[in-house]
Amino acid sequence: MKVIGLQLALPAAILAIAISLAGAASGWGREKAARVRVHPEGKIAYCMDCHGMGGQGYHGYLIMPRLAGQTPEYIENQLRAFAEHTRGRGLFINMARVHGLSPELRSSLAAQFRSFNPRAFGGGPRNAADTGRKIFEEGVPEANIPACAACHGPEGQGEGQNARLAGQLFPYTVNTLKNWGRDRTGDTASIMAPIARSLSQPDIVAVAAYMSNLH
Amino acid sequence: MKLIRWKIAILAIVCSALPSLAGDVGLDADVGARVRNCTWCHGTSAQGYGPGPRLAGQRVRYLENQLARFFAHARDNPLSQQYMWPATQALNPLAAHDLAIYFSLLAPQAANDGMKELVGVGASIYMDGAPENDIVSCAACHGPNGEGIGEIPRLGGLSFAYLKRRLTEWNEGFDLAAGPPMPHIASRLGPYEIDALASYLSFVQGIPNDVMP
Repeated sequence: MKVIGLQLALPAAILAIAISLAGAASGWGREKAARVRVHPEGKIAYCMDCHGMGGQGYHGYLIMPRLAGQTPEYIENQLRAFAEHTRGRGLFINMARVHGLSPELRSSLAAQFRSFNPRAFGGGPRNAADTGRKIFEEGVPEANIPACAACHGPEGQGEGQNARLAGQLFPYTVNTLKNWGRDRTGDTASIMAPIARSLSQPDIVAVAAYMSNLH
Repeated sequence: MKLIRWKIAILAIVCSALPSLAGDVGLDADVGARVRNCTWCHGTSAQGYGPGPRLAGQRVRYLENQLARFFAHARDNPLSQQYMWPATQALNPLAAHDLAIYFSLLAPQAANDGMKELVGVGASIYMDGAPENDIVSCAACHGPNGEGIGEIPRLGGLSFAYLKRRLTEWNEGFDLAAGPPMPHIASRLGPYEIDALASYLSFVQGIPNDVMP
């Protein structure tokens, strides 16, 4: 409802300065922390508690993926998939319940996340990035795997219901590709099933690493 | 003869005061002395004592981070200011690292001191949150058995009083510099939810950390 207010408050929240004190390589500073975060209001704050202050994702016990810059159609499809249990079964938390939102709220939140653009989460091994870029841009012809860029955009920015991949968390992408058939069983997921199955483990690691650093 | 007996007796008493706890895992006497500085308040077996929470089985990076935050006066809960700020003022990061590893390898024991009638509600909030009140699932970050991961602390088996105090004090404006999103998450919890979560978690007996936690 108060979407306009949120759009004004959120940049302020994201720009809030945090002084990191723990584990600095040069020893510990004696500065008193002045980290006061202005948290956004409304339902989006609930999403950000898990998916990160700017929607960049978070690596807890579970890996919560990046939502920032994601295509609204993809987010809405996933929220519907959780509600219909075609995704997220078998986890120790009730994914349908924690993602339970009305269709209107789904659209509103998805539109808000589209406009955020925090730095890519990274996390993938950098030495695999070159191989990853080749797979991303050219696919793996001998295994009949098309280029990711063909559907997901030349910069991995996503297109319609094809997800944005740029800046996605490395372990999240790896897990998603490895477990595709087990975790995602809906119609919108079926086109990826043969691709995910055909990718070798080193290919998965390489392309996930490449995409984790794409901005 | 009497004098020799006295000397032997004094020597025996002095030797018995050496840190046997540290000797169990082959630490040198210096670190052993530091361990005893902690266990005065955190319990001789590091399972917690009075207001001092259990350190046994806690995540290495969490312990290191808290020691750094006490040192920098970033974590400003009332008891932190009273006890942990002076306790860490001469502590260096290398010693903190050694202490963190030592405590993380001890097997944690559950406090089992929460309110049994709230365990069911607490379990439900812990696992799936309460989305209608914008309360997120704790388990998504802290794990299905409250074990934590990386720098996210182990909550399973901590004492009811400590968990309740920690969550309540965020709502009282303390430790707002804590790693997000905990202060905001705590702001969504009322006293009933806090009692329920603290009760449930106090009974959760997790598995000890691996060698490399």
